[in-house]
Parts: sequence; structure tokens; C-alpha cells
Amino acid sequence: MKLIQKPWLWSWVAAAAAFALTVALTEGRGAGELAYAALSFGAFAAIVGLGQMLVITLGPGNVDLSIPATMTLSGTLALKAMGSDPGTAWMGLGVAILVGLGTGLANFALIYLLRLPPIIATLAASLLYQSLAIWSNRGLRIKPPAGLADFATGRTMGIPNVALVGLGLSLLIWVLLERSVWGRWLLASGQNLRAARLAGVPVEAVRAATYVAVTVFAAIAGYLLASFSGGAALNMGAEYLLMSIAVVVIGGTSIAGGMSNVPGVWGASLFMFLVVSMLNSYGAGAGVRMVLTGLIIIGIVIAASTRRVAR
Amino acid sequence: MKLFAKYRILLPVVSLAVLLAATFYMQPRAMSYFGINLLFNLAVPIALATVAQMMIIMVNDIDLSLGAFVSLVACVTATFLNDSPMLGVLILLALVLCYAALGAVIHALDLPAIVVTLGMSFVWGGLALFILPSPGGASPGWLRTLMTVKPPYIPMAVCASVIIAVVTHLLVIRSGIGTVLRGVGGNARSVQRAGWPVVRLKALAYGLAGLFGVFAGMALVGLTTSADANIALRYTLLSIAGVILGGGEFTGGKVSPVGAVIGALTLTLAASFLSFLRLSPDWQIGAQGAILILVLTARLLFTRRDAQA
Repeated sequence: MKLIQKPWLWSWVAAAAAFALTVALTEGRGAGELAYAALSFGAFAAIVGLGQMLVITLGPGNVDLSIPATMTLSGTLALKAMGSDPGTAWMGLGVAILVGLGTGLANFALIYLLRLPPIIATLAASLLYQSLAIWSNRGLRIKPPAGLADFATGRTMGIPNVALVGLGLSLLIWVLLERSVWGRWLLASGQNLRAARLAGVPVEAVRAATYVAVTVFAAIAGYLLASFSGGAALNMGAEYLLMSIAVVVIGGTSIAGGMSNVPGVWGASLFMFLVVSMLNSYGAGAGVRMVLTGLIIIGIVIAASTRRVAR
Repeated sequence: MKLFAKYRILLPVVSLAVLLAATFYMQPRAMSYFGINLLFNLAVPIALATVAQMMIIMVNDIDLSLGAFVSLVACVTATFLNDSPMLGVLILLALVLCYAALGAVIHALDLPAIVVTLGMSFVWGGLALFILPSPGGASPGWLRTLMTVKPPYIPMAVCASVIIAVVTHLLVIRSGIGTVLRGVGGNARSVQRAGWPVVRLKALAYGLAGLFGVFAGMALVGLTTSADANIALRYTLLSIAGVILGGGEFTGGKVSPVGAVIGALTLTLAASFLSFLRLSPDWQIGAQGAILILVLTARLLFTRRDAQA
């Protein structure tokens, strides 16, 4: 396959173009800072996007709408468990991952036992998680432990730590998808569930693992985001609902399922941040910025579809 | 229990009745003209939005931009429609046409509706923010009068819900074009083979969704008397839940307009019911989710029993 045919290429081209246009305005000044900010903020979108990508790979109708609520719940509970005490960062991460496991299992129980469409199951469940977060948060703003906050906002060798965590998780997913049986099973289930089942793939186990994976990723993102922004807020996950779906699709993962694309999610996450900063630096107001973001998303989807037809 | 499978509409009706009975039991004073109006007042825009979502689900798509669209309509209504009615009407008409065009484009280019509407939600949200950067505006007087009218015996909210249900039932279930539209959801290819222009049908379904979205936004402003750019964002998820609660399905063109209206009423009532339970406000959102799960579980129990019988 030639480079030009790689589905992830376009999101990276778009991200690079947005970067170049922004830097062109400032004549090269601030390029480093912009790249740094894009990596930091893009990392959160990429982590939740990776999870959403796995679910979307399962095929049409599979999407997880509980990501924002899971992020809020895990951030809230983890910070509450840590209570700003030093040396509790790993314990907090453990709490966050447990939250992710719990919400993922609950989501899948609704989907599997009650045969609910995933959209409705994760939507209804997310309302419960949201209430749980409100109830346990009570408007308190607990600061993360100093060490953890330093880690989340800090950098190693010039690269933001959150981006390194995101890259590590991406690598893990990439290896799982490309090199493990589980990844093959996931792709097979997404391409044709019935055929996969007849071929002996344990499709329900694959689906369960996928729905747990997405919430664990969301929980980790929530934990990091709460540490990054100095506390959990009840609306901290809100923007990641649409964002998680957008980065998956812009990244070149097929909405019809059965095809994943890890690098594309990163390109799209960087792009989503860069396009906003580009429009910002050209002086666009909030309204214009949103309209253009929406039109660009649709433009990319149309471009991707014509490419598909041409091939 | 064949009854429930035969009449898809029964379960939503029963859920609403049970919830209503429980509400009256908890708070007998709600059982009055004024009480019922208060309980269901905000249901009118939600019911309209749910019908709009139903039009999209009817043709096997899903609309993630509906909440943003209703917010935009609310902003237009509270500004342009109030200040210069002619311009306001033109803008609203243009919005409906946009929706129809969207449906045609989605079908013609074979785009995933979930992503296109996702993108459109940014566009509508941005336009709304552009029109009304901070909450404000005012409801046109006639709209305010219409939404607060007090018909004898039956409260306005109930009247409006019945009218919406009857009109959409006639349109979607009884009329010829409604049947063809549901056919598009059932099997678009056969409809095409039968000689119908599917692109135009999809445009029509989306156009209808846009029209009901416009009504929803106007009704909302009539009730709240002002608007802001985020006023109806939660309608996206509420409307999807309402359609499913009302017995609709995501695929196959299986929708029920009466059920959708009842689903919207149930969701609205759920919120009021919980406040009567003296449940802490923290749990109000969660309990809506729990009620949603309960009703859908009930539906599953009945359909499964039928399958065994």
C-alpha cells in the first residue's frame, strides 16, 4: 500500500496545515509552545478517542456515550480517594481504573443481558454515573497531590508527560490490534459478526473486553485531566463526547466497523486542537470557530468518502 | 402477553400511566388543572424534538445535532422573529431547507449520518453563539400567548401533546407518503426499485425533522421567554431516549409517533416524580437513567415471553 493510500495520512496533513497556518501568522515565533500545547491537550482527546475507536470498530450501532460521565466519575472518585495526600498517586490511578472496569462491565451487562442497543444502554448508564459523580463530588474541589499535579503538567525530554502516557497506551493498542489474536478477533467481529461467530470467535467476550477497554481508557483520561487541571469538575468530560467520535472518524477509522486506525486518532486529536488555535490566532470569535470546526469535520468526511469511491 | 407484542404502543402507555399514578399518590395536589400543566409544561418542546428525532430514526439514521439545532432555533426566535418577523420566518425556513439538503447529501454521497450530524452540531452551536453570545432575547408576544393559553378543562400541555401525537400519527402511519418513508427505513433498495426517488424521500424525512425541530425551538422560547446558545443541548440525548422509550427501533423504520410523544412525556414526568420522592437533587439525572433502563427491561421481558409462546 502506498503512503498516499494510508487512511491516517489525511488527518496528519490537516494537522500539519493547521499548524503551519498558525505559525505563519506569528512568523515562526511560538511554534514550540504551540506544538507542546497541542501534544498536551491532544493527548486527552487521543486517549478517549482510542477507546471509542475500538468500540466503533465493533461495527454499526456500536458507540459509547458514557465516556464523559466515566471521565467525571473517575476523576472525582480518584481525587477524593487521594485527598491531596502525597504518595497516593498510584492508589488514585487504581481507583480510576476500578471505576473504568465497573462502568464498562455495567455498560456491557445492559447491552448483553437486556439486549439494549449500545447507544441507549451507554446513554442511560451514563446518567447514573453522572449522578454518582454529582453525589460524591458535592461541589468540593479537591486538589490532586502535588507530585501527581507536577507529573501531569510536567514534561520529560521536552515532551508533555500526558502525551507520553497517551503514546504508551496507543502503542499498547496498536500491538494488540496488529499482533494479537484478540485484535484479529475484534476486527473479524466488526467486519461480520455472524461470520466471526460461526468461525469460532468468542464474539461476546470480544465485545465485553472492548466495552470495558473504552471505559478504562476514559477513566484514565479523566484521572489525568483532573490532575492536569488541578481538580475534578462536574462538566470536565462534556466536550469529549463529540470529540471522541470526531477524532475517530477524522482519523480514518471506518464508521462501518472492522477497521481500526491508531495513528489517525493522534493526527485527528492534534488537528482538533490546532484548528481551534489557528482560528483563534486569526481572530475568529467563538461562534465562527465552532461553525468552521463543524464544516471542516464534514469536509473531511466527504473527502474520505469520495476517496473510498474512487478506489 | 401477546397483547404487548401486538400493540407496540401499550407498554409506553402503561409506563406513563404507572408513573403518573405514582406521582399523584406521592403528591395528590398535582392532580389538578394547574398541577398537571406544571408537570408537563416543559414536555411540549421535548415532545416536538422527539418527533423530529423520530423522523431521522425512521430512515435508519440518527441525529446528534438536534439539541444544537433546537438551541439555534430558540436563539433565532428570541431575536430575529421577535424584532423583524419577516426575516425571522425566512431564516427558520432556510434552516428547514438546510436540514432537507443535509438529508439529500447524506444519501447521495453515502455518508455516515452520525458523523455529519455531529459536524453540524458544531455549525448550529456556532451560529447560535454568533446570534446570541450571551443569554437574552425575548419571546414574541403571540408565541408567549400561545404557549400559556389556558383552554377549559384540559391543560395546554396535554392538549398540545395530543395534537402533536394525532398529527404525526396521521402523517407517518396513515398517509401514503409516511408509509413510503417508513419503507425507506425498512429497505431503501426495494423502495428505490419500486420507482421512488430515495434521495428526495430522505430529504423529505430530514426536512420534516427540521420542521419539528423549528417548532420545538419556538415552543421552548414561548415557555422560557428568552434563549441562550446552550438552552436545548440535552435534547439530543433526550429525544433519542424518547423515541426508543416510545417503542421505536433504531433500524427498520419501526417507529411510533404516538409512542414518541408518550416517551417524551414519560421522561419529563420522571424528573418531576423524583422531586416529589424527595430524592436528593444529585440523583435526579441518574433516576431518569434508571427509569429508562426499567422501562426497556419491561419491554424485553414481554417480547421474550412472546418469543417463547
